[in-house]
Amino acid sequence: MQESLQKRNWSGRAVLLLPYLWLVVFFLAPFVIVFKISLSQTAMAQPPYLPVFDLSTGWAGLREFAAQLSPDSFRLLFTDLIYLLSYLKSLQVAAISTIILLLIGYPFAYGIARAPRGWQPLLVMAVVLPFWTSFLIRVYAWINILQRDGLLNDVLMRLHIVDAPVSWLSSDTAIYIGMIYSYLPFMVLPLYAALEKMDETLLEAAADLGCPRWKTFWLVVVPLSLPGAAAGALLCFIPIVGEFVIPDLLGSSETLMIGQTLWNEFFANRDWPVASAIAVTLLVLLLVPMLFYERLQQRSLEGGR
Amino acid sequence: MADGGKAGRGPAKNEKQPLVRFEAVTKRFGSVVAVEALSLDIGHVEFFALLGPSGCGKTTLLRMLAGFETPTEGRILLDGEDIVSVQPHRRPVNMMFQSYALFPHLTVEGNIGFGLRQESVARAEIADRVAEMLALVRLQGFEARRIDQLSGGQRQRVALARSLIKRPRVLLLDEPLAALDKKLRGETQFELMELQRKLGTTFVIVTHDQEEAMIVADRIAVMDRGRLMQVASPAEIYERPNSRWVAGFIGEATMMEGRLGADGNIECALGRLRTGGTGRARPGDTVWLALRPEKIGMASDRPKGDFNAVSGTVSEIGYRGDTSIYKILLSDRSVMQVALTNASARGGTPFSLNDLVWLSWPPEAGVVLTE
Repeated sequence: MQESLQKRNWSGRAVLLLPYLWLVVFFLAPFVIVFKISLSQTAMAQPPYLPVFDLSTGWAGLREFAAQLSPDSFRLLFTDLIYLLSYLKSLQVAAISTIILLLIGYPFAYGIARAPRGWQPLLVMAVVLPFWTSFLIRVYAWINILQRDGLLNDVLMRLHIVDAPVSWLSSDTAIYIGMIYSYLPFMVLPLYAALEKMDETLLEAAADLGCPRWKTFWLVVVPLSLPGAAAGALLCFIPIVGEFVIPDLLGSSETLMIGQTLWNEFFANRDWPVASAIAVTLLVLLLVPMLFYERLQQRSLEGGR
Repeated sequence: MADGGKAGRGPAKNEKQPLVRFEAVTKRFGSVVAVEALSLDIGHVEFFALLGPSGCGKTTLLRMLAGFETPTEGRILLDGEDIVSVQPHRRPVNMMFQSYALFPHLTVEGNIGFGLRQESVARAEIADRVAEMLALVRLQGFEARRIDQLSGGQRQRVALARSLIKRPRVLLLDEPLAALDKKLRGETQFELMELQRKLGTTFVIVTHDQEEAMIVADRIAVMDRGRLMQVASPAEIYERPNSRWVAGFIGEATMMEGRLGADGNIECALGRLRTGGTGRARPGDTVWLALRPEKIGMASDRPKGDFNAVSGTVSEIGYRGDTSIYKILLSDRSVMQVALTNASARGGTPFSLNDLVWLSWPPEAGVVLTE
């Protein structure tokens, strides 16, 4: 009896260990490597930076290695305006997109959650359906739709809403269209999950106590769906900040988002240290909303015991 | 109404007319008939129970009164006014839900005060009335608690307080005690009765628990398949059921089929049984004599006196502590159920399996039923 209990304890611990192991191998270790590169200098070499970590040189080699590390790349990030502008641009696009996604996603999710039970799986399926096509292909399709002689201008001109073709592509509008289209499922699904598990008698109780429908929505439905909204906002905001494909294909080349700047440093300039510094800074930046969400969840967990 | 305007949102217009009146109300869900051409009056300051097996339409009836369902046909009057087209949030009735339906994101105070905050009631008054309600359900000091920090019994009280704070004309209780354990349920039944007397409000309770309905209610409407089977006081329903269905649904009863003779006695397989009254039955009708287990006496010898008496053997004994249930196999192979109080402190039962016994009851103990 005692023994089997102990055994179960061990297997229980192993299960707990597994996600941590995963995080160490696939997140922490790569992060340490990237962080190390961000403190290095560019070099015309293979790999294109110095110093290179070499265990065979022993203790002295290690100390020499550490002495060569410097935060120069980070200093550059804060002195050259292009990086700051890229970060700001990314945050702006992510913030505005997330707000629009919330406004569009909420009625979507609410509609699905209030649909007849039998329909709901089908509607959820419809939300997820775009994932069956490659992300890249879907963004390319938007180029087709938004270009000068594309579908959108065609329709608008036929309906006599505009007289001459509008140039949609290579603009912030195109970026927002792409972002909102691509990330809508990530907003709708967690919102739906939160709205779907809400007890409908709560709405009846509110009505019974003299609360009209529209007010019930604000006093009961919205507060109870807040965790879903937070999860959806985070699921959209974080990847949008680092998004590369959508701004690169649909946006203009004037102001770059941070993902594009990073790509340029890495591939065009072959400046691995600066690219790494951009990545590290971005990660620290994104930690803020993540910690905020963590605290929100902690609070609801403590309450929901 | 005992204390006039205090207990109701509007003054009672006419004490003579019933507070609530269902007029030929029918409710269909698609092809399913939940309530069928039902008419019912509920009086002022009455504790009224809707009792029936699940699916009998009692909850639908309650929800129509609250406004969550609209009758397919018929009218529902409150104080003589048709309320069918009045939205739920405008009706002067409040409901306590079976699941309690407490708002998980609000505190106890937020939940109880919710109804008043929908009206333009001053903050100070809301606080006062919430405190008053908390005192009423004995939850003082729980204002700031979250709902998930409460036990089942405490949640039940919060739900009750929340539904009472607007001083409704009618309080609707949908299986209010179903989620409580048996002991707590018993205590809460008496608290509900006390509360109803104290507030002088009409309570309408839906329950599937016969005992609960009989304990709390002044009058009970027994329902089956969307129709009223009998509407009467608990004692009348128990002692004078109007049909075999009601007699069987409320409590236990042994039913003996026979033919009513011209002398008012019943001829059946057990012989001639005398009755205390034959009600609507006429000589020659097929009737059933319904007998409650506790009305039957049991002895080893044939009793003397003005009794109906039959003999049989003990085939089963169920010991319940306070009483024992005996199943007696009679000469016509039918089984009669008898309940005896275990008055002796020695424990055990005075009769054993296969004992030959005589069962007897006075003529007026049985009820003659025609349907």
